[in-house]
Amino acid sequence: MSIFEFFQALFQYEFLQKALFTSVVVGIICGIVGCFIILRGMALMGDAISHAVLPGVAISYMLGINFFFGAVITGVLTAIGIGYVSQNSRIKHDMAIGIMFTSMFAVGIVIITMMKSSADLYHILFGNVLAVRMSDMWITLGIGVLVIGLVVLFYKELLVSTFDPTMAQSYGLPNKWIHYCLMAVLTMVTVASLQTVGIVLVVAMLITPAATAYLLTNRLSVMIYLSALIGVISSVFGLYFSFTYNLASGATIVLVSAFLFALAFFFSPSQGIVWKAHKSRKNRLELLEK
Amino acid sequence: MNNNIGSIAIRVDDLSFHYGDKNVLQHVTMEIKKGSFLGLVGPNGSGKSTLIKCILGLQKPQEGHVFLFGEKVNKFNDWDKVGYVSQKANSFNTAFPATAFEVVSMGLFGKVGLFRFLKASDKNKVWEALRSVKMDQYAHQNIGELSGGQQQRIFIARALVSDPELLILDEPTVGVDTESSDSFYKMLKELHRENNMTLVLVTHDVGVMTNYVTDVACLNKQIHFHGNTKEFEESSSENMSAFYGHHVHVLHHDHGHE
Repeated sequence: MSIFEFFQALFQYEFLQKALFTSVVVGIICGIVGCFIILRGMALMGDAISHAVLPGVAISYMLGINFFFGAVITGVLTAIGIGYVSQNSRIKHDMAIGIMFTSMFAVGIVIITMMKSSADLYHILFGNVLAVRMSDMWITLGIGVLVIGLVVLFYKELLVSTFDPTMAQSYGLPNKWIHYCLMAVLTMVTVASLQTVGIVLVVAMLITPAATAYLLTNRLSVMIYLSALIGVISSVFGLYFSFTYNLASGATIVLVSAFLFALAFFFSPSQGIVWKAHKSRKNRLELLEK
Repeated sequence: MNNNIGSIAIRVDDLSFHYGDKNVLQHVTMEIKKGSFLGLVGPNGSGKSTLIKCILGLQKPQEGHVFLFGEKVNKFNDWDKVGYVSQKANSFNTAFPATAFEVVSMGLFGKVGLFRFLKASDKNKVWEALRSVKMDQYAHQNIGELSGGQQQRIFIARALVSDPELLILDEPTVGVDTESSDSFYKMLKELHRENNMTLVLVTHDVGVMTNYVTDVACLNKQIHFHGNTKEFEESSSENMSAFYGHHVHVLHHDHGHE
């Protein structure tokens, strides 16, 4: 199927429009939040929180309530639990993360298996963007507006506390609260991304576009826009491949973003491996000529 | 006490601090006058940084009180009046994508307040601060690409941009080469003279520092000496040996300043 036919299908099928809209929103918010996650050195934390959402989602299904609530509760509880374990024992932060999120994930798998609907589990884990319902789309949009609003309102606070936590503290900024709010935002982003990329691969959408943007610019504001843009491009092309070849949307979206990262890694004007090698070779040749 | 309260920038009143059963500060009492340039010296582990953190309200002492401009530190709200430059090593994120200009403008966020953005006049202030530390030609460089000394100047500019009345520097020249640290001290002296600012400089570098400061305080869990530079130099050999536990010659560096 060509891109052209994909666009034709897009006008024809409402489910595809919903899928595209949701993926674009997810691409944007993952890109934005991801910038703060990677600059704060919390890539592993992002992975942990996104996995820890699973039992909350499962329990919500069981109780018949919207999974948004369950997910935020277990996500934030896990973040608090990780902080509690690492502050009150000799267990280091990364160990605490490894213990807490795998346990939560395991609890989630047990609950979902007991509910005897393995199809749901597969979709929660790996995403099924083509089955996005109207209500999912609205939740994603709502979370998107909320997340972008929070980042715009608290941009300065996020910037200072990410750049220099000591300084932030001496300005009277509550670093701890900022951390936990960011964790709450992370759980919401995970929920928003459930249908598109699934729990297992959310972390890729958080880290890969942001890391790609990081290789391309020296300014945070530019990095955020670029990261959102790369997230959107990944989502749109990922959706195209998913639809055309009947693949799990999470996997195709992540692969597109990984491809974009590889491009930046090798060819970024300032950081790219290829240019760096070229420059150092040129320098060596110049030295030899002298 | 009440009649001179207006002339005191920092008052530390019988302050004690311990981590677990390890005493860090014991009954520290001192007053730092407005407009003075105090060098706070002491060996490693003497509690210098802890004292500064207590003064800034970042640590809560188990005993005693700190007053900033006459206000108890936990009630103090005027943080724009106070600039703080921390030890470089344990602080910021070097890989952060921000230009020197952006880093300096972060110093205005306290003043600008929530939900508001920088105006043109704020940008002028950032340029002014960059010029006062002679870093304006590096404004658009990435902070991670600057040398240690240059980064430290940028952090001073960040502290200066909100026009503080009190500037506290915690070991600002650690990891900076001697030449840049000399010009760094000169710059501090100029800032002090031109802006009538109260400066507190924490350092273990006793020798160089005495050429630039007006007052000296020696801290090793307790205050061992607090007076002006002249008194300090007159008594320095005995002071230093009692203080560091062995005989120390204070080297005098003269760099032709007035």
